[in-house]
Amino acid sequence: MKFIRNALVGTTALCAATAVSAADLEVTHWWTSGGEAAAVAEFAAALEGNTDHKWVDGAIAGSGGTARPIIISRIIGGDPMHATQLNHGRQAEELIEAGLMLDLSDVAAAEGWADIVNPTSLLDSCTVDGKIFCAPVNIHSWQWIWLSHKAFADAGTDVPSNWDEFVAAAPALEAAGKIPLAMGQQAWQSNGAFGVMAIAIAGLDAWSQVTIEKNAETAAGPEYAKVFEAAANARAFAANSNVQDWNQATNLVITGQAGAQIMGDWAQGEFQVANQVAGEDYTCLPGLGVNEIISTGGDAFYFPKQDDPEIEAAQKELAALLLSPEVQVNFNLKKGSLPVRGDVNLEAANDCMQKGLEILATGAILPDGNQTLSPDTQGQIEDLMVEFWNDPSYSAADAQERYAAIIAEAD
Amino acid sequence: MTDLSAHSLSGPRGPKPRRRLSPANIMLYSTLFIAAVYYLLPLYVMIVTSLKGMPEIRLGNVFAPPVDITFEPWVKAWSEACTGINCDGLSRGFWNSVQIMVPSVIISIAIASVNGYALANWKFKGSEVFFTILIFGAFIPYQVMIYPIVILLRETGDVIAAATGTNFRLMGSLSGLVIVHSIFGMPILTLLFRNYFTSVPEELFKAARVDGAGFWRIYFQVMLPMSLPIFVVAIILQVTGIWNDFLFGVIYTKPEIYPMTVQLNNIVNSVQGVKEYNVNMAATLLTGLVPLGIYFVSGKLFVRGIAAGAVKG
Amino acid sequence: MAVTDSGGRESLRTAPKKPNRLFKNMSAKIASLPMIFTALVVFIGCTVWTIYHSFTKSKLLPAPDKWVGLDQYERLWSTRRWLVSIENLAIYGICSLILSLVIGFTLAALLDRKIRGEGVFRTIFLYPFALSFIVTGLVWQWILNPQFGIQKVVQNWGWESFTFDPLNNADIVIYGILIAGIWQGSGFIMVIMLAGLRGIDEDIWKATRVDGIPTWKTYIVVIIPMMRPVFVTALVLIASGIIKVYDLVVAQTSGGPGIASEVPAKYVIEKMFQSQNLGQGFAASTMMLVSVLVVLIPWAYLEFGGKRRD
Repeated sequence: MKFIRNALVGTTALCAATAVSAADLEVTHWWTSGGEAAAVAEFAAALEGNTDHKWVDGAIAGSGGTARPIIISRIIGGDPMHATQLNHGRQAEELIEAGLMLDLSDVAAAEGWADIVNPTSLLDSCTVDGKIFCAPVNIHSWQWIWLSHKAFADAGTDVPSNWDEFVAAAPALEAAGKIPLAMGQQAWQSNGAFGVMAIAIAGLDAWSQVTIEKNAETAAGPEYAKVFEAAANARAFAANSNVQDWNQATNLVITGQAGAQIMGDWAQGEFQVANQVAGEDYTCLPGLGVNEIISTGGDAFYFPKQDDPEIEAAQKELAALLLSPEVQVNFNLKKGSLPVRGDVNLEAANDCMQKGLEILATGAILPDGNQTLSPDTQGQIEDLMVEFWNDPSYSAADAQERYAAIIAEAD
Repeated sequence: MTDLSAHSLSGPRGPKPRRRLSPANIMLYSTLFIAAVYYLLPLYVMIVTSLKGMPEIRLGNVFAPPVDITFEPWVKAWSEACTGINCDGLSRGFWNSVQIMVPSVIISIAIASVNGYALANWKFKGSEVFFTILIFGAFIPYQVMIYPIVILLRETGDVIAAATGTNFRLMGSLSGLVIVHSIFGMPILTLLFRNYFTSVPEELFKAARVDGAGFWRIYFQVMLPMSLPIFVVAIILQVTGIWNDFLFGVIYTKPEIYPMTVQLNNIVNSVQGVKEYNVNMAATLLTGLVPLGIYFVSGKLFVRGIAAGAVKG
Repeated sequence: MAVTDSGGRESLRTAPKKPNRLFKNMSAKIASLPMIFTALVVFIGCTVWTIYHSFTKSKLLPAPDKWVGLDQYERLWSTRRWLVSIENLAIYGICSLILSLVIGFTLAALLDRKIRGEGVFRTIFLYPFALSFIVTGLVWQWILNPQFGIQKVVQNWGWESFTFDPLNNADIVIYGILIAGIWQGSGFIMVIMLAGLRGIDEDIWKATRVDGIPTWKTYIVVIIPMMRPVFVTALVLIASGIIKVYDLVVAQTSGGPGIASEVPAKYVIEKMFQSQNLGQGFAASTMMLVSVLVVLIPWAYLEFGGKRRD
């Protein structure tokens, strides 16, 4: 409670100091599905409830190809929105360097972000030259495998507790007419699943050498050879999974047509909508059950620079609000993600979210690929992965060679 | 102008050989029917799907007629579907789309028709070079042009603002969007108008010249009255393109005047969560109503106009 | 007279040539200013800007000072995805061009034979053009879906072994996209063709009938050559659409399975905005523009170069 009160005092102090008149704040984001929209509504309500400002919603569905060119065009066209969602990480680097983004350092200092944001890597991703340019709002992690109890029961095997057991159970699933591994065919899904397997199978050291230090030798080495072999195996398990979207793949798991899916924590929401109960209808294993570790990617809000000092003050108020304890809890419960501050209580969170919170508390965390690799390198790896996962004639060795070449040129 | 166009509309239809119930005619109609099935199949799927509930969609095949007809998806798409925090469906963007479409269509067609007329009847040195460049422009993917045009609009807006001493901006304004639509519609429309005016009999043009008519008088008094068919084609093209445009509508405007396609995109393209196919289809059909309506109305004009128009003069 | 009017734009050209003095043509030039501006500043300017930046290491923002020479092009041509994209575009482009012209012309010719219900048929053929590519892709993705689309229906009729799943088969996926593309665009081509056919004078038909030339032969030998400008218009419309094909692929297959249905425009857009590698995207789009020029320059030469001789 003390923290909450402190933060609220901080917020109000900031309001009193800077806000003189009401402003319309245009906010761009790509959260348009049911749960996401409900989560955004929490932000809007917080802004309109705590200040005189008005939230003008600029939702545009489709993160990569659709929303981003629009956001960036608006910013470089000199007619920016007042706040915009972007993945935190390296995506906004150049906009910051070009001086197009508002410096939030004073807000961060007033609100004590440095003390409350956990893990601190989230704030580091927002920091350029010691100044803070974005407000992280949530944590999403990729390292989960979702297992259908019904599918394994139908196949007459126990629900696996790690990847190796899953591999061992896969033939039984196939014999029972199930798809062992559900997998959507979009590039980001192929790439994400591979990343999860890399951490679990190659181990943490090899993974960080490749992904953080961009060591091409490790990428070409024996640890990663095992990952590619495992991925080729998984490819065979997923051969009959003829779906595009990730949630269609999740649906295969929910209905018991498929045994498992490797997918981030956002899959949680789908199980919830289908009234499934963790531990009874499905199981979630962090780190494929091999090493319990999660990456801490997520979303952040950036505030493009405006000429008007009053608007600037309003932007800063919004930034402070986004991280305030109450807003963090309300938002993340709706969104199904983890809060960026460790000092809030998420009792209402379900089993899988609790597991994530525990891991977060132990500090077994990794930076997300977004934070370490440039979008360009990510794109090249995605191209490779989507081809590899969908073309059974693409051998593990060939894929690894190409992968090492990409890492060698990574920036 | 009205007199002339009314006259040309009542002209004879295109002359064709005609035989009643012959084998050839049976062939002809069966070919048309098969083609019609191909073209209608997706519409059928869309309508049928938009009238089903989600549980029924998950079960059945796409061609099965709905067991329980429900208009819920239509209601939802029009007035309830959420876009971010605004849950008022497509209705939100409808008037914005109209406001964007009307000036964009009028201005882009006005410019292109004058271009085509100049290129066909008043060629000047270099006019064909410009025309070739214009056609070349038709092949450039829009997305490649986004950044340079953003910069162009920003700079032009600043220049105008400095010259007039106002706060004028082209970025984020309707006028900027109209300019962009005019630019991207120009290649194809100019080509259409040029080819059309080229086929106008030269006697008409010569006679007007002899009477001492100039560039604009010939355009308004001779060319325009006989150009209804090509204007209809141009309107079809522009209404479709501008009404369905999403990218420019978002980049060069602001949320208050976002067109309907932004909501459509948000309903259809939502990456996460359960996809409501029935609402998608209803939203699609609703968004398509305006161009479809224009086709329906202008289709008749189009044929009558073409039949009587240019060549017979 | 009618014959020369509709077919022979050549003869027309002489008419405006006479007043073609600088001053007499002033209002035409002033009226053409928007076109000149668009051609020079927007299209040429932006193209030069794009080509220039394709030699730089621009990432999220254009960076004119980070010159890297031909690096982007080397990477482009060693990328498998780009090569697959080019191949797909070639297949899609050739098939789409031929099919659109053939279907468009055939339907127009059929409709032009004074049939009953012409308005109904015309509307049926044209309506898909009112729908965006996103929608087209979505609907056809459904119809071609093996689990509940055409394949399933035919199998339910009793033909158990029937397979028709172009969108899940990497070898033929591009034809699945073709089916949707033709569906969306051929109606408009038909309308253009119909407009052209309606412009043919009845005297021509009378004359050929008197000479006893069969109908099909009349179309091929007499009518089509007379409709040359119409075909040029149709060709430009189709070809510009082909080069730009993007939304359709995204909606229908997202480029999959794997990278089997990737197209160049998608590569350009994703490199520019998703990978934040403007330089690579610009290099790819420059290659696309070069290929357009290779086709366009000979055409422009034939179209205008020939004219100057008379």
